[in-house]
Amino acid sequence: MSAPLLDVRDLSVAYGRAEVVHNVSIQVTQGALVTVIGANGAGKTTLLNALMGLLGARGAITFRGRPIANVPLEARVQQGLCLVPERRELFADMPVEDNLLLGGIRRSRAERNQTLEQVFSQFPRLKERRRQLAGTLSGGERQMLAMGRALMARPTLLMLDEPSLGLAPRIVRDIFQILTELRASGVSILLVEQNARAALQVADYAYVMELGAITTQGSPAEIAQDSRLVESYLGLGGNDY
Amino acid sequence: MDTTIFLFLLQDGVINGAVYALVAIALVLVFAVTRVIFVPQGEFVAFAALTVAALENGRAPSTPWLLLALGILAAIAEVVWHFRDLTVKRIVRVALLDLALPVALLWLTLALAPMKLGQLVNILLAIALITPMGPMIYRIAFEPLAHSSVLVLLMAAFGVHFSLIGLGLVFFGPEGSGTTPLSSASFSLGDLVVTGQSVAVLIVTAALLVLFALFFGRTLLGKALRACSSNRIGARLVGIPTSAAGQFSFAIAALLGAVSGILVGPLMTVFYDSGFLIGLKAFVAAIIGGLVSYPLTVIAALGVGFAEALFSFWASNFKEVLVFTLIIPVLAWRSIYAPYHEESE
Repeated sequence: MSAPLLDVRDLSVAYGRAEVVHNVSIQVTQGALVTVIGANGAGKTTLLNALMGLLGARGAITFRGRPIANVPLEARVQQGLCLVPERRELFADMPVEDNLLLGGIRRSRAERNQTLEQVFSQFPRLKERRRQLAGTLSGGERQMLAMGRALMARPTLLMLDEPSLGLAPRIVRDIFQILTELRASGVSILLVEQNARAALQVADYAYVMELGAITTQGSPAEIAQDSRLVESYLGLGGNDY
Repeated sequence: MDTTIFLFLLQDGVINGAVYALVAIALVLVFAVTRVIFVPQGEFVAFAALTVAALENGRAPSTPWLLLALGILAAIAEVVWHFRDLTVKRIVRVALLDLALPVALLWLTLALAPMKLGQLVNILLAIALITPMGPMIYRIAFEPLAHSSVLVLLMAAFGVHFSLIGLGLVFFGPEGSGTTPLSSASFSLGDLVVTGQSVAVLIVTAALLVLFALFFGRTLLGKALRACSSNRIGARLVGIPTSAAGQFSFAIAALLGAVSGILVGPLMTVFYDSGFLIGLKAFVAAIIGGLVSYPLTVIAALGVGFAEALFSFWASNFKEVLVFTLIIPVLAWRSIYAPYHEESE
């Protein structure tokens, strides 16, 4: 088996003295969609922020065969790591198109324009609203814009933090549909979700995070059969999403 | 007051206001990108005017020595703060920008000063000497604090202000000086005498404001700077290097300060510490613009300039007090109507 695209070993993250992520080890192989599920407060967002470089951490992070634990955030973006944060963090007072173009700021102009067309074909809605200010978009459109902006950087690994949060079920379905399309187009994805049922349906591999540590991992089918996890995270019956 | 006096005061106010506008938009820009309320902005104004004055007298100004001192400090800061990630590229950049550039400018100044090559050379040299000070100051004082609160950054800004005032006294001495006007022409409009200097101030300010608007509205680099102020985390996530953005905004601020200094040099006697009052009046305008809006800031700056002219006519002893009092109703209005935002991050 080839080396994983992202290899995280014994990563710990602390806010001051309070350690909130303890010795987490996860791997994402090239082309896979890997999910980390867990309850609110399990440390999932902290984990992603540390992987991106927004937070300092102890432990080893290897991305595309190179250690990046001491690499600053901007250089991680340059190397192909991108995060779509939970709060989207859009440039609210700028038009959709400028938000997207800034996403590709580290790429050449030709590459940027070409990727912009690709993103517009993936998200036709954004093309319709290209002149509209990002702050005036609906929740679903903002999520699409956040994803589109991250894709403008041509990431090798796209990390998403709760893309379904606060969105209507129909829009959540659209977002997850787009995630599967992205994976099919060759982008590797690390998806952090509270909506475990939706995440497990699209993922190739899943980790369960509880109280800052990875407690279970396996294929989505295995996780879905674990009766304790089903009870804690998936609930019984209900809708697909 | 008759119309002639009114028109005269209006002209005077607009000229002063135009200079305040340049200083104020620099304040807004620096705050938007770095959250620093850049108290020492006025120092660039004073130092630029003093530099041109020295050059006009055929003396070599002390500015390149000050630049070299800042360059050495910036180089030391770079080595101290980035000791772990010192790459060859970084060392070369430090050697070139912090040491070689000031030395080259020093040599150029010493060579050109006695030749008295004329106004244009003096102005360009002053701009070249002042502009690099911006990014150097950012790297010495503000980059290590980049993630601190606005209050901490403000205290650092005051520290830089007092240091620069001290350095200004050492390098430029206590004497004040003025410079020759950009244009000695003058013409009458009815009863009003319009000087060429006034027209030059207006043209230069208007041109810079248009350039400024084009840069931020049309270019990706300008948009990247706006992105830093729109959403700091978002800007970092798309890979905009925040340190480079900070240095760039400080360079623009220093450039605007230098131009302002060249414009006010002929209008007043400039001392090493004259910049503070200019900066403070520009700050009033920047606050009226909410430290966000450039057009509002420019209008406010013109208003401050005009108010100053009126106050100096009516109650010249209380001129400064009255100008600064303008800020109180604005703050009261803002605190009543503007929603309170908790500082993010």
